[in-house]
Amino acid sequence: MINASMRQVWLAVLKRDLRIAARRRSDALNPLLFLLMVVTLFPLGVGPGPDILARIAPGIIWVAALLASLLGLERLFKDDFQDGTLEQLCLLPQPLAFTTTAKVMAHWLLTGLPLVILSPLLALLLSLPMQGWWALALSLLLGTPALSALGAIGAALTLQVQRGSSLISLILIPLFIPLLIFATAAVENASMGLAVHGQLAILAAISVLTITLSPLAIAAGIKMSVN
Amino acid sequence: MWRWLHPYAKPEATYRLVEKLLPWFAALTFISLAVGVAWGLAFAPADYQQGDSYRIIFLHVPAAIFSMGAYAGMAIMGGIALIWQIKTAEWSIPAIAPVGAALTVVALLTGAIWGKPMWGTWWVWDARLTSELILLFLYIGVMALYFAFDDARTGAKAAAILSLVGVINLPIIHYSVEWWNTLHQGATITKFERPSIATSMLIPLLICLAGFLFLTISLVMMRLKNEILRHELGRPWAQQELEKN
Repeated sequence: MINASMRQVWLAVLKRDLRIAARRRSDALNPLLFLLMVVTLFPLGVGPGPDILARIAPGIIWVAALLASLLGLERLFKDDFQDGTLEQLCLLPQPLAFTTTAKVMAHWLLTGLPLVILSPLLALLLSLPMQGWWALALSLLLGTPALSALGAIGAALTLQVQRGSSLISLILIPLFIPLLIFATAAVENASMGLAVHGQLAILAAISVLTITLSPLAIAAGIKMSVN
Repeated sequence: MWRWLHPYAKPEATYRLVEKLLPWFAALTFISLAVGVAWGLAFAPADYQQGDSYRIIFLHVPAAIFSMGAYAGMAIMGGIALIWQIKTAEWSIPAIAPVGAALTVVALLTGAIWGKPMWGTWWVWDARLTSELILLFLYIGVMALYFAFDDARTGAKAAAILSLVGVINLPIIHYSVEWWNTLHQGATITKFERPSIATSMLIPLLICLAGFLFLTISLVMMRLKNEILRHELGRPWAQQELEKN
């Protein structure tokens, strides 16, 4: 199915997105700083006691991750839409649904992966028990690809909307709920020393389902706007 | 079947069909709701445990069922609009969404009113309540997306895609929330066994269900008529239609 030219185009799109992000570092860094600041707000809001912080840490980190992932979404396709790159991608012989997965992958590398790497720091800040750390990192590693894929659907659907970022949040937050439920359950179980394989397996299943089906919706959304 | 169906891709034909069917559905709505609600509220026996307060079931259950049914209908219309590019199917999305959202609100409100005497609280973070609330959010998202575009056709397509994405996600959301927390009683009449409700209460409930089905269809038809007229304002037949009234 996937031949050499498709692989080439996929890699070219991925490299291009990463290079653009490298030239505009603040765009990539801002969501991460936002996440860090939201996490800082909670101890100030609910009190610095380690007991209560450890109790609500999984929820805080995951809610902050959801909000941070919404931040840069409006830009995901918009610049490419305005400078005509998306039209060129539509004209390629390779299917649009396939090439958009490269953009989703670039988005995950820039927003999801740093979160996974940052997660021990967040766990430390919120005094999450040691056993919970690896579960938090794993839940982020398995869950954030689905965030990027669902987020790309929202970004594709609102391409033509002026100032669509609040609309994107409105559309996407209900769709994020299953991820939040299973990820926080996994981290809570792990910090209490219980088994977490079930929750992580479901998270992985949701991610696989989302990644395989979302390109169809993304491509439909882009074609609708590009015409 | 296609030969029978494809004339309704023409807005005027759909308008005439809806105009012909609407009085019948309105009459059916009126009869079945009057009979069902009067029977349920006045003549059905009181519950041995919940007393008279269970009677809100005759509004709560139909509203909850058709809040989900309306979403399914909207997603089917979205699929038709995307696959066959039929304009009337596109317009039925803004016709269905507010009706479905209203049914969801009715189900949530009657549930809160029922929950206060029975559970002692207006709201609990229970699985079914939460997924009904999320359903309301999905409706709001579809409506917000539809009205966000300058070009109505693009908005309709975006809303159609979103309603399809939502319909794939609904079971996942439902089961994840169910797994997360459960307090609500199990399904009473939708399971495939003998219903665990007395026949004397079941019959008025079924009549109310039929009433809400016809009510949903009638309201959607009324809204669809308006949508068709609004989009076809420039056409002679629509002008004549407006002058006639």
